[in-house]
Amino acid sequence: MKQRFAMIVSLTPALSQRARGDEETLRVVYVKVLNENQELSMAFDKRHTSHFPGGLASLGFCRWILLMGMAFGFGASAFSAEAPSAPLDNPPPSLEQTPPAPVVPIEVDKAVGQKTPQDHSRFKQLQGPFTSPEQVTQACLSCHTKAAKQMMSTIHWTWKAWNPKTRQMVGKNQVYNTFCVSPISNEQFCTVCHVGYGSTDPEKFIPFEQRTEDHVDCLVCHDQTRTYRKIPFIGGNPAMEKIAVRPGCNEVYGTDKPYVMPQDLARIAQKVKAPTRYTCGICHFYGGGGDGVKHGDLDSSLNDPSHELDVHMDAKGLNFSCQKCHETSDHHISGEHYAIDAAPKTSAFMRGFQHNGNAATCQSCHGQTPHHADKRTSTPEAAALNMHTRNIACETCHIPEFARGGKPTKMNWNYATAGKLAPNGSPLVIEDEKGWNTYWGVKGSFQWGENVVPEYRWFNGTERWMHVGDKIQPDKNGVVGVNDISGSPTDGQSKIWPFKISRNNQPYDTQTGVLAVFHSFGFDQDSYTMTYDWQKAISAGMKAAKLPFSGHYGFVKTQMYWPIAHMVAPKTKALGCVQCHADGGRLQGIDGVYMPGRSRDHQPLIERIGLLVTALAFAGVLLHGLIRVILWLRRRS
Amino acid sequence: MSTHRIYLFKRFERFWHWSQAALVITMLVTGFEIHGYLGGFDFKSAVLVHGYAAWALVTLWVFAIFWHFTTGEWRQYIPTFQKIFLVARHYAWGIFRGEAHPYHQTPQHKHNPLQRLAYLWLKLMINPLIWLSGAFLLIFSYDWIRTMPFGLTLADMAWTHTAAAYMMLLFFIAHVYLATTGHTPLTYIKAMITGWEDSYDGPQAGDSSPSKNA
Repeated sequence: MKQRFAMIVSLTPALSQRARGDEETLRVVYVKVLNENQELSMAFDKRHTSHFPGGLASLGFCRWILLMGMAFGFGASAFSAEAPSAPLDNPPPSLEQTPPAPVVPIEVDKAVGQKTPQDHSRFKQLQGPFTSPEQVTQACLSCHTKAAKQMMSTIHWTWKAWNPKTRQMVGKNQVYNTFCVSPISNEQFCTVCHVGYGSTDPEKFIPFEQRTEDHVDCLVCHDQTRTYRKIPFIGGNPAMEKIAVRPGCNEVYGTDKPYVMPQDLARIAQKVKAPTRYTCGICHFYGGGGDGVKHGDLDSSLNDPSHELDVHMDAKGLNFSCQKCHETSDHHISGEHYAIDAAPKTSAFMRGFQHNGNAATCQSCHGQTPHHADKRTSTPEAAALNMHTRNIACETCHIPEFARGGKPTKMNWNYATAGKLAPNGSPLVIEDEKGWNTYWGVKGSFQWGENVVPEYRWFNGTERWMHVGDKIQPDKNGVVGVNDISGSPTDGQSKIWPFKISRNNQPYDTQTGVLAVFHSFGFDQDSYTMTYDWQKAISAGMKAAKLPFSGHYGFVKTQMYWPIAHMVAPKTKALGCVQCHADGGRLQGIDGVYMPGRSRDHQPLIERIGLLVTALAFAGVLLHGLIRVILWLRRRS
Repeated sequence: MSTHRIYLFKRFERFWHWSQAALVITMLVTGFEIHGYLGGFDFKSAVLVHGYAAWALVTLWVFAIFWHFTTGEWRQYIPTFQKIFLVARHYAWGIFRGEAHPYHQTPQHKHNPLQRLAYLWLKLMINPLIWLSGAFLLIFSYDWIRTMPFGLTLADMAWTHTAAAYMMLLFFIAHVYLATTGHTPLTYIKAMITGWEDSYDGPQAGDSSPSKNA
């Protein structure tokens, strides 16, 4: 009886919404029920199948639930149109009072999750006060004894990953990028996004492998207060005293003020929970030096996204955390850029299965043939869409544009123009009419994009990264690809994927042809952001990277591929047929597929003969008819 | 010159003809829309309508083939070269002078030799080509098959379909025009609607062809 009651309470408001056509809500609540109580949902399944085989004719089913509800004597309020949409966390009070009192009161503790019924605020170890962040980690490790070891074996700590396709070690310190280029020689700044604590001396970097377990930063991922902040130039430590913000760098310090205040670590430690979009985003949304700069499909608009922006992370809907897709085990997080499965073969790619590799894919949940007939989609249309999934990645149609959350992303960066100063001696800053920063003396000039249409390429998941020390190999357009992608219509491993291609014009050694590593960030006289001297900055950077530098440098165009996988739009906003099935459509440049509607796929001879014969036939019958009419008129007269 | 009416086209035949005409026109329009040549439709609707019309035409054909074989009407399409030059001469010359058609229709032989050849070409060449290629493309679009048969690529199959579609278009243009070449421009069309055709027996002056033998 108690179980049944719980089930009805959970489901009925959602079902009454279903009568209004709000299917999404039903799914949300149903998923929650599944998670919370497998038994209940199974009981629900049995009933629903026995009473309504194959049907679930929504109105009929809803009426049935209504009747059941009445029979149990529940208040009508639960069935009204204003019924709360997510009643599990907070069931309507009227409902709680009406049924017979349960034998044991249900324990609901909103502050903690369903899976971890601990209230960290009551732990003695976390009462503080903490005078260093390492003390917090020690407290964490006193219970979570293996957490640091786990962390220290992940890419979040090592910044190293194995590229199984090219059999190479990759990672931030191994390869180049087209934004800040390399963390080498800039570690004390770049470790603002490392899950560890280093030296607070801006000049002294302690390599990760030399650090002890208590140097793992638990709080940056597990903070729930949105107040924990790692501070640049001090090796990834939080502020333990009042620290002045370097002018122009407020975004990286996470404050509008000219200083940051010391943090109350005990308060943060007492509230820890699983990571949220905010905690993942505090690094991943700000890659490349600012909000939305790097990825294009990841920016702070995903902290609280609308349904339009991302159907899964929709804060008022499914509200997925990152790890809902990037499933996690032992602090290892699946689905990294360095190991992409571009064309998963199995239908249900279950997360956590050993043989599945470590990619986060749409297919994990949606399978290979995800389109079904519904009131908007006919059966042949659904079938035709499923046919497309052979060649086309889900993201291609379902992420019609990236940078849709109101934050622009950096499309183009030109280091060659850096170094200009304003009349007052500070680095020159230019903003365009939208308020976007198009020039900054310490970095160069930029182009930004919002609602950007991706570029499409065949992609099999293989990226060949330029390793630090590699010589440039410009393509026929003089562009160096720092992570050239592979893929073809015939290899059976590729799909057509959407990409952000970020472009730069960055320094290289003109004598050796090696792409430069340079010292951008620091308070010393070698750092570019202090003295605007490429010679010094490259010398220092190359020295730190243990590479020779001839003393001659130039600038070369570079490009970098960023597969687009976030900001999944509602299905009504997915690409329509003609966006590709037309001349000049989005896939105009894609080879190896026959696309009706795209004239480059026509057989030119067939078209020429066909159109010619058609024209001749028209001309013939017109002429024949004309002569008939003229002669007929003459005969008549 | 005497006239009498003959019943050329039975009720099913007329139904078959006109519904097939409507479906073929629909498929030509949606097909060339999908091909990228016509505006005014959206691509998705064009594809769906093209597919639905294809299924309707298949159904119609099942009945039509049954009808042809059970009634023996298929014999209408047995080719003959008898009087073929006379008929050709008529369309190239006599028709302009108002001469009567050299071929005299009967319910047993309602198609003139040129017509028979044209319909045979339609039924043995264009239709199988367009149907086979179309069927493979359709079930490919339904995700029922993943590759094309006979070692063909998707493009090969699509090109075959396109070539057959141009042939169908050519047939359509010629057919519609020739439908106006009866005794009056509407003679044949009326016959196709009512089934009855006014037969104008007897040669015109100046026509030396042997006639009245049908």
